[in-house]
Amino acid sequence: MRKPVIEFDRFTFQYRAQSEPTLHGIDLTIFEGEKVLVVGPSGSGKSTLAHCINGLAPHFYPGERSGSLKIMGEDASALGIAELSDTVGTVMQDPDGQFVGLTVAEDIAFKLENDGVSREEMIRRVRAAAEEVEAEAYLNASPQELSGGQKQKTTLAGGLVGGAPILLFDEPLASLDPYAGRATVELIDRLHRDSGRTIIIVEHRLEEMLHRPVDRIIVIDEGRIAADLPPDELLCSGLLREKGIREPLHLAALRYAGCALSPEIRPRSVETVDLEKGGRAEQLRRWHDANAPALRPTDREPLLEIERLTFGYDSADPVVNDVSLTVGRGEILCIAGRNGAGKSTISRLICGFHRPQSGTIRLGGRDITRDTIRERAETIGFVMQNPNHMISKPLLYDEVALGLVNRGVPEADIQDRVHETLRVCGLYPFRSWPISALSYGQKKRATIASILVLRPDILILDEPTAGQDFRHYNEMMNFLLKLNADGMTLILITHDMHLMLEYGQRAVILSEGRKIAEDAPARILGNAEWTEEAHLQETSLHRLARRVGISPEDEFVSRFIRADRGMN
Amino acid sequence: MAAKLLAYSDTGSPVHRLNGVTKLAVFLLIAVTGMVIYDTRCLLVMLAISLYVFFLSKVPFKQYSFVLYLIIVFSVLNQLAIFLFAPDQGTVIYGTRHELLPIAGRYSVTAEQLFYQFNVLLKYAVVVPPALLFLLTTDPSEFAASLNRIGVPYKIAYAVSLTMRYIPDVQQEYVNISTAAQARGIDLSRKEKLGRRLKNMISVLLPLVLATLERIEKVSAALELRGFGRGRKRTWYKGRSLTRKDWIVLACAVLLSAAAFAITFGKGSRFYNPFV
Repeated sequence: MRKPVIEFDRFTFQYRAQSEPTLHGIDLTIFEGEKVLVVGPSGSGKSTLAHCINGLAPHFYPGERSGSLKIMGEDASALGIAELSDTVGTVMQDPDGQFVGLTVAEDIAFKLENDGVSREEMIRRVRAAAEEVEAEAYLNASPQELSGGQKQKTTLAGGLVGGAPILLFDEPLASLDPYAGRATVELIDRLHRDSGRTIIIVEHRLEEMLHRPVDRIIVIDEGRIAADLPPDELLCSGLLREKGIREPLHLAALRYAGCALSPEIRPRSVETVDLEKGGRAEQLRRWHDANAPALRPTDREPLLEIERLTFGYDSADPVVNDVSLTVGRGEILCIAGRNGAGKSTISRLICGFHRPQSGTIRLGGRDITRDTIRERAETIGFVMQNPNHMISKPLLYDEVALGLVNRGVPEADIQDRVHETLRVCGLYPFRSWPISALSYGQKKRATIASILVLRPDILILDEPTAGQDFRHYNEMMNFLLKLNADGMTLILITHDMHLMLEYGQRAVILSEGRKIAEDAPARILGNAEWTEEAHLQETSLHRLARRVGISPEDEFVSRFIRADRGMN
Repeated sequence: MAAKLLAYSDTGSPVHRLNGVTKLAVFLLIAVTGMVIYDTRCLLVMLAISLYVFFLSKVPFKQYSFVLYLIIVFSVLNQLAIFLFAPDQGTVIYGTRHELLPIAGRYSVTAEQLFYQFNVLLKYAVVVPPALLFLLTTDPSEFAASLNRIGVPYKIAYAVSLTMRYIPDVQQEYVNISTAAQARGIDLSRKEKLGRRLKNMISVLLPLVLATLERIEKVSAALELRGFGRGRKRTWYKGRSLTRKDWIVLACAVLLSAAAFAITFGKGSRFYNPFV
């Protein structure tokens, strides 16, 4: 008989600040040693579910609950966050925000310090936890020195050092590049298999999570459990698309090719899916042949030309090293690379936030290398990743007008231009609203509006879709596509492979400050050497093409993307 | 990039190897002694020892140069202010009046005043090196443990440590926010008029404050999830116990300050008077 470790029984939770419950009548039992994935769109209540398990709700985020929740047989309402942390080790998203120690070792030790464990035992247990996640090599490093993957390992070790039998992951992939994300998925799987811990993962990036098996997937939608199924059954149910969760790409390809899907063919991953029986491989090949070849990108008039650009805080160790690249008018260019590869630095150089040591930047044929930040801002717009970092006025109208006011544009013109821009961005109805009342996606669009109003020729966006679920991702990208269709040139700085693949017309890969590749995204993602350098991953589409013998693989990927664009 | 101001770097000197608690205790002891006594001879001896230990620590000049300049500027201002507001303080204390240079009205330079102000300067000079040493040679991780050890509640001690952890992040965030703001014409440089500059400053600080609040919420959740604040006491990963060397240094410091107090108050006055 399996032992239940977490039991929700007609459980309802309502935050104090909300007028309606975020979770309604949840009935859910998780058994010892299970590995469970919880998915759902933003605002579905999946994070709240996690917060109820680790006690953040109601102890940190106050609210009312009804029904019962038992953890290891004990009533959770009798336990505080600290007591629960002995049973449930939590690994939150964004390792940067939860690093509490000045070194890796101290950060891992934090739970033990609070429990008053003696120093000798602490050192032993920290070492053991670090070894379990393979972080022992950098125990003395400070958080600023670590890569994203190393940070994630550190927080993981900090979550398991207390010996909790349940590990809870709240969006563990959110701030990781695809390579580190995959390593994390593999690490979580190893922790599960080796120790028999119960693992609960809340994450909306389903395809990446399914790189390793999970026992069950729970779909949360509007505060209720919409499905509680093994992965193969869920994937065949069509429920994912209905609930706005991105289905794995290989599955969409099978669907487009008209293949019959059933749990028996194990569609959960591109490795396990059975392609031979039922002629699915043949169907895929036929679909490929029936679709027209992808169009070669047209030659465009160059808008931004970067020539042999070099920059470093320390001249002996350049962050951007002899990089040349050209962006065509009306193009969507993606710049990718692992953390520290120089992709943010290059955008900062383009905007004039740094002065290059050598090299030139030309815009529309004119040398702008000596122009000030403000002069460049007339033609180049830069949108930061976190909208809250750009918003400095309480009201939407004032925020969008700010750049024009600072430029001394006459009042009457300002109003016309702000209204026009707000219309383009779909924010016109909210023009007199306070920005704090907008959703995250709307805020993001507001920051884009505040740049667009200055009428730049080119827009640089740093991770435009980071932290957004599939629906918001589509909304944002459709908005950007519309801008692009109206003639706006876009540079997207990203390590989101879906984004590159679906929307990038060309991609540039940076590694250690140098440009190592420049090609169509589908071809870049099919090149093992380049993906490795940029910390990207080959997509499941490439592997699917290889498995059924379609060559070149990127051609299959391009045809898929075009078909996919037509469907949405 | 942000300068590595007052940053810890281990030069492996004997001072670095001392426990943070020792350094904090010695600093506090010297600060109190230096502030109370005015005995010039004692102050000079203490200064000599302070400077020697500072020299031993091999802390590179550029790590504290800025702070040092700041201290010098403020002590010069302080000296001027003393003279401006209390030009006869020296004669009152020492009971004699040797006028050297009359200026105007009640303002004239006396030997007593000069000597008094020299003593004030000396007091600063005695206190500054141990303060800098504590900041520069203590592993930041040991900071909180040290504070907690001498009786500061661990929640407050940890707040100090956490602030140090997040200073570089907030600095970086400020740079990012302000450069992006500049692109929208929010100028913070001297080219802008003062009133406008202050207004622009607010435009940059508002998102920074909001981002910091967001950060604080996240960190506090992370702290609680890992059992922070659970008991009245906690242990420290970096908390070292005192070694023999630490005890020797502590004993020396106590002896030194006891001697200074004994000499100073032995004659019944905090002041050493060379004028009688």
